[in-house]
Formats: sequence, C-alpha cells, structure tokens
Amino acid sequence: MKYKSVNKSVRKKDAMQLLLGKGVYVDDITPSNALVVKLLRSPHANAMVQEIKLDAALKVEGVEAIYTWQDVPQTRFAIAGQTYPEPSPYDRLILDRHVRFVGDPVAIIAADTEKAAEQAMKRIKVTYEILPAVLDPRTAMDNPTLVHPEEDWFPPCAVGGDNKRNLVASGTDLDGDVDAVLADCEVVLEHTYHTKACNQAMMETFRTFTQLDRYGRLHVISSTQIVFHCRRILSRALGIPKSQIRVEKPRIGGGFGAKQTAVCEVYPAFVTLKTGKPCELIYTREESQIAGSPRHEMQMRVRIGAMKDGTIRAIDLHTLSNSGAYGEHGPTTVGLSGHKSIPLYSGNLEAYRFSYDVVYTNLQPAGAYRGYGATQGIFAVESAVNELSERLGLDPTVIRDKNMVREGMVMPSYYGETANACALDRCMARCRQIFDWDKRYPVRDMGGGKVRAAGVAMAMQGSSISFVDVGSATVRLSEDGTYNLILGAADMGTGCDTILAQMVAECMDCDVDDVAVFSADTDVSPYDSGSYASSTTYLTGKAVEKACRQLKQQLFAIAAEMLGCSESELVFEPKGIRCLWTGQVATLEQIAYKAQCFNTHPAEATAAHTSEISPPPFMVGMVEIELDKETGKVDILDFMAVVDCGTPINPALARIQAEGGIVQGIGMALTEDIHYDSKGRPIESSFMQYKLPTRLDMGKLRVEFESSHEPTGPFGAKSIGEIVINPPAPAIAHAIYRATGVWHRELPITPEKIVMSKGNAE
Amino acid sequence: MEIELKLNGKTVTDHIEADTVLLDFVRAHGCLSVKRGCETANCGLCTVLLDGVPVLSCSTLAARANGRSVTTLEGLQEEAADFVGFIADQGAEQCGFCNPGFVMNTIALLRENPDPTDDEIRQYLAGNLCRCSGYEGQLRGIRNYLNSRGARHEV
Repeated sequence: MKYKSVNKSVRKKDAMQLLLGKGVYVDDITPSNALVVKLLRSPHANAMVQEIKLDAALKVEGVEAIYTWQDVPQTRFAIAGQTYPEPSPYDRLILDRHVRFVGDPVAIIAADTEKAAEQAMKRIKVTYEILPAVLDPRTAMDNPTLVHPEEDWFPPCAVGGDNKRNLVASGTDLDGDVDAVLADCEVVLEHTYHTKACNQAMMETFRTFTQLDRYGRLHVISSTQIVFHCRRILSRALGIPKSQIRVEKPRIGGGFGAKQTAVCEVYPAFVTLKTGKPCELIYTREESQIAGSPRHEMQMRVRIGAMKDGTIRAIDLHTLSNSGAYGEHGPTTVGLSGHKSIPLYSGNLEAYRFSYDVVYTNLQPAGAYRGYGATQGIFAVESAVNELSERLGLDPTVIRDKNMVREGMVMPSYYGETANACALDRCMARCRQIFDWDKRYPVRDMGGGKVRAAGVAMAMQGSSISFVDVGSATVRLSEDGTYNLILGAADMGTGCDTILAQMVAECMDCDVDDVAVFSADTDVSPYDSGSYASSTTYLTGKAVEKACRQLKQQLFAIAAEMLGCSESELVFEPKGIRCLWTGQVATLEQIAYKAQCFNTHPAEATAAHTSEISPPPFMVGMVEIELDKETGKVDILDFMAVVDCGTPINPALARIQAEGGIVQGIGMALTEDIHYDSKGRPIESSFMQYKLPTRLDMGKLRVEFESSHEPTGPFGAKSIGEIVINPPAPAIAHAIYRATGVWHRELPITPEKIVMSKGNAE
Repeated sequence: MEIELKLNGKTVTDHIEADTVLLDFVRAHGCLSVKRGCETANCGLCTVLLDGVPVLSCSTLAARANGRSVTTLEGLQEEAADFVGFIADQGAEQCGFCNPGFVMNTIALLRENPDPTDDEIRQYLAGNLCRCSGYEGQLRGIRNYLNSRGARHEV
C-alpha cells in the first residue's frame, strides 16, 4: 500500500521548539509567584502519627499554611489513572494519620518561597507511634501486621483482594489440565525469577501547578498522561464536582507510565482550594525516586514442560507482585506477567496455568512503567525457555521457531484472541540474519579473561485495553483549508501528536504541515482514556480516521447546498469538493467560509473508537556481550532487534521508541537496582546511586521492522511504545549464562553478582 | 549580595542570596531552557557556558558568575539551529527535557573539536543523560550534520 503521509519519517511537530529550549513545560509556562508546596514525609515505614506541633513552623516568615491529616477530606480514593470503576482499590487519603512507607506524606506546607517552605518543614515536630513493618513481599500475605487495617478500604472492582490479608488482588487463569500435561512431559523445568521496582526516571520529575480560573474553578496544569482520569481522581479526593475542575497538560518531559498515576496533583490542588491562591509542587529527584510510581517488583515461579525435541507443551506461572504501600495498578500489572508472556508459545501449548497474588508491603507504592508487568513476565518465561534449550542442547532460536505463535493462531492464554497480524517468525529469521546468530551464538574466548557470548529473547505486548479504552479525536476545517486536530491523548515525547496529524493528512489528502494539533485539556479535548497501555496509535489513530470520514460528510452537506447538487454526486479532492454532474468545484476555503455564514452543518467532526481486541506487536532481540571473567564487567557490544508493530506510521519515531526502550531494558538488566535498609528506607534515592545507562553503556543498537498488517488498526498499525523494553533483560541474562555458565534469575545482574556466583557454574 | 554578569551578551545586575545557584538565577532571568533534572550533578540537563566553558549550573553558585559571562541556549539559537534540525530528522529530541543541556554541551564539543569521531562524541556527552532516545538517534543526527559539513571522520 502506497501512502502519502503515513509510513513516512516526518519531523515531530514540536521538535524544533524542544531542541531550541523554548519554555513549554509546566514550570516554564506558569506564573512564578505561585505558592511553593512541599511535603513533609514519613521517616518510618509503618507508623501512626500521634501528635504534630506546627507552632514553630507557622512562625517562619512567608509560610502561608500547613495542613495535616486532620484538615483533609475523609473519602478514600485511588490515584491510578484507569477507567472507572478502577481495578485499583480506594486506599488513600490526601493525608492519613497512618503512614505506610518511608516517604508517605505527613504534612503539606505552602509558602512564598522554597526556602521558607523548607525551613518550616524542619520546624514541624511529629511524634510517631512506630509500628512493625511488612518489608518482604514473600511474607506479606496473611502477615499479622496489616498495611491497610482500615474499615473503609474499598475495591471498586472484584479483583480478589482482601485488605485483612494484605492482598491487593489474586486470581488464576487456566486452559487445559496443566498438571497432567506436565506429568506427561519428558522434561520439566522449574525456576524462580525476581525483578525489581525500577524507576521510570523520566527527566522531568512529577510536577503540578494549580490556580482558580476566571470562573473560580480549579485549574490544574500538570505533567500528566491522563487529563480526564486526573480530573475524576481530584473530584473524588477533594469532594468537588467535575465541572469545577479543568486539567490541562503542556509538553511533558517524559512519562513512561509514571505519569499514568496522579502522583502529586492532589496536594497543590488542595492548597489552592483552601487558600484560593496559585500553587506549584515540583518533586525533587529524590522524591521522584522514593515516592513515585515505579515498576512492580515481581517474583515469578515458572514450570515449563517439554519433549526432548523441544516441543513446549505446558507452562505454569505463578507471580507474586509487590504493590508496596498502596494498590495503584496492582491488580492489572500482574495480569500482563502471564497474559503477555505465555501466548508467545501458543504453537504447541496444550495447557497453561497462570496464578497470581498481589500484596501490600510497607515499601514505595508501585505503578505503571512501560511494559506494565509484561516486562517482568517475559524476563521469567523467556529465561526459562533459554534454560530449557540449553538443557536440551537445542539452539534457542530453533526451539522458538518450533513453538512460537504464528499468524492465524488462536492464543488461549491471551483471552482466546487470534493473532490476526503476526510477523514474529519473520522477525526471528531477519534478526538471526542481521545479527549473524550462527556465528555469534558460540562462546568465543577473546583472551585476557574476556569472553564474548550472545543471547536471545522474544516479546509481545498489546495495543490498548480491550473492552475498556476509548480514543477520540476532533478534526475541524479552518477558513483557509487547513485543519485543527484536537486530542485528549497525551504526547509525552513519543510523537503521537505528529503521527495522528500524519493520519489526518492521509485521510484529508493534505500536507502534515496543514494540520495543527492541540492536546490535552479536559475543557476542550474530546474524552480519551489517555496515553497508556500502548493505545494511542491504535485507538486514537482509528478515531482520527473516523473523525476525518465524518468531517468529509459534513463538508459534503455544506458543498451540496453551495453547488446545488446531491451529496452522492460529490467527490472530495485535495483542495475542494467537486460535483461530478456539473464539474463545479467548491474550494475548501469557500466551504469553510460558508460554514460560518447562514449554516447549520459544523465544519468539524468528533469521533470515538474502542476495541474488542488488543492486537499484540511482536519483537525479537539479540545481544552480544563481552564479559570480563575476573571483574564480572559486562559490556554490551551489539543489540539488534526486529519489531513487528504493524505499519510503522512514522518509521523514524518508531525506531527511536525501540532504541529508547532497549536502553531502558539494558539499564533494568545490568545497573538499575532498588534496595531498602532494614527499616524500609530506600537506598537508591538519587541518580548517584540509581544508575541509568549513559551513552557509553549501551553498545551499538540496530533496529529493523518486519511489518504485518493489523486489519483493525489505522493503516494496519499496532503499537510500539511498550514492547521494546521487554527483550533486553532475558537476552542479556542468557548471554551472561553463555559466558559464565551461571543463570542469573534476579535483576539487575551486576558485576559483583557475576563474580560472587562464579562457583555456581552448571 | 550584589552581582553583575553578562547573560547572553546583556549585562545583568541583581541582588541575590549567597546560596543562589546559577540554575535558579538564569531561570529567574528568563532563561527557561535551563532545566533541573537531579540534585546531584548527575544528569547534565542544566549545562550552561561560563566564559565559554560548559558547567553544571545546578552546582555552580550564581556568585561564581560575578563579573563573568554566562551563555544559555537562549543566547545560541542560531548556532544551535545549525545542527539541531538533523536531530529532529531522527526524532531523537523525544520529550525534549534533556535537549537544552545536551545541545549546549554539543556546541561546546564542536567549538573545541569541530571534527569529532563517534567515540569522541559519546565521551564528551557521556554526562548528558537522556531517558527517551537511547542516544543512538542523537549520535546519528550529529553525525549527519558533520557529514553535511564534509567532516573527515565517518562511521
């Protein structure tokens, strides 16, 4: 299929603004005279606030107000950005007397300057009753210490949670008799894998500005992926009607899912309501590290049953997920650990079981991070398949060829969906070729204690949440024949504003430059769930297509009156509408002006789209490392990946998504660690300790596309944003095994762990 | 205390607290390109030029700039526009929050070494973190720019 505007590497619409450093983010566009809001945070993992003395703090010059648990509404709410009714439990108050992790807010301070706020914070005297804390997710369930003992804990959805058992959610999905099939297998492998609560570490920390607008309503300008969910969350938390709240996002300095949770909005909003004054809260990097919304730590037990020829017949996976002190995204992330790992092996799978428990602990609450549970599950299942192939002495790419899901197959472990568009087989073949797998898979001794080795992994994700997510778009014709595209989706750097404009250009047969984009504002944008769950290209893209179709109908109605013919006699052309009968043309400019004069047909259309399926993108990644046996240092030499995201709407942006995701995955595999001390205090609270990959740490990347055509997606597109973080961890763990003979089943795999485990070689 | 400095070529005189860092000072004077990404001098987002040399403005006291010349991206729009289009062509600006620091450091690199190898580029920019792009696209952009100028090194 030949396209004019889609499947083209168009520059991002905001690219030059961003590269030239224009002020486009929350802190750049909001007044500088706002009250500075700061949060006093609990130093204890589990405690009851006994007494708070504010007198000395209130005397600090410039302090406007200080609020404690006694001042806030008593309605519990969830801050997870999810469609109502949220699967996440209502387990939060704006401030709670019971603080549940090191970093849980105890008081809100508002002052004229940051200095005054910080000085006041130091002068607040809090007496705590320190309670025993649940610091190990493995002993959390049915622990005598309850993280949420309160009676008003409320789950809006039935997800198998029970606060009296420290359980956020639990459940089992299965197909076939997994125990019987396992008993009949020639080889059964059982291992436990462990991934940590990695931070998204987007460069712009959490931040929100709030003020009363000219109608006296709460106006929120926030770095968020979810303007509509945010409005609903604030409405419940603050006890004010949704009509009294407007939430807007400017440009966002990265999200990766972190900003799919309303992490900080409620605090300045509360102060603005109380004081009537503009407020701004900017999280420090430390706050973003210790009180953000990181990946769920998961422990996964995999049992995999196969025949000696490599036929994989059964997978049994149990995931224990650590939701931390609050339940945001707990019940849903865990699902992806099974539903987006097991289906990769639909080829010969006779039975599967996926069971899970999500627990509360007195640690930092987790949230949504690119991959959303799939990353964790794929690390476990892909590692297990690599272990199986090494045990059987089979090439791990061959065992995958034998068992992988292929186009047209039904995936029982993926809600029974059919793989309508799947080029996973081609991804594997292509990756094997460009990586030169046959040559690089054998371990090579480079001398001087250094070895080179390779590893492989596959991945999948989804495209939107089926039966839930809604994408919308408004397309409007301007007087000069250009268009406005108005969205509720959130471009957080990914480029969705641009790719959706490319779709308008394709549909309306105009240049991408003729499409101006606006997003997102709850007062202006059509309802959109927001940008998460790999939904924007797939769902909002389809909504754009629909809106363009409807707009053409509107324009036909106007043109029909102008040209004096029936709508069925009209054809749409790049610059106007022509009557086939008379040959007369009404230009877009004439139509747009006519729309504004004695007319009842609006020259705009809004369309919404949703989906009953969530078509998976697929991917294969291969890595070559050089490992120093003496020091345990791992250098990534090459990471090659081939991705099937359906039609890449903008190949350059799709490539950058893949490259960025791969480097985040490399960080997760090798350097990004999370530790707590014996009191539950987080160690990696800054970029000094939390090591993001630099440009010296990622070797050479190469990304290619093997495209399938998704019939339900816009122009055949599926998603790209999340899947790309999944292959690096299992592929790197595999390469490290090849180099050392040791399987590392816990991330990250640091040089220290490699050196200390030398004796465990198999 | 009173300081006087040249900010993007213009003389600025102001009364500041002794503990004001340069980052907050330049933002207060309208240089919004300068961003804070951490508190530990680890991310490179706040890079500005002090007498032409790149420094981290988050950990430089404004008082240190007294009598000196400070340049932010606001003052180097034309020099930057020369090459950032090549990065835009890669889509490697992504969220953009790290861009000003990375662009400032690239300008410093190219002034010092107009014809760097890929490894020299990686080394020089190692202190500029980017969480979105995976770095490779930024490198491609810079390389394409250098090639367009007829650079000798090519990879």
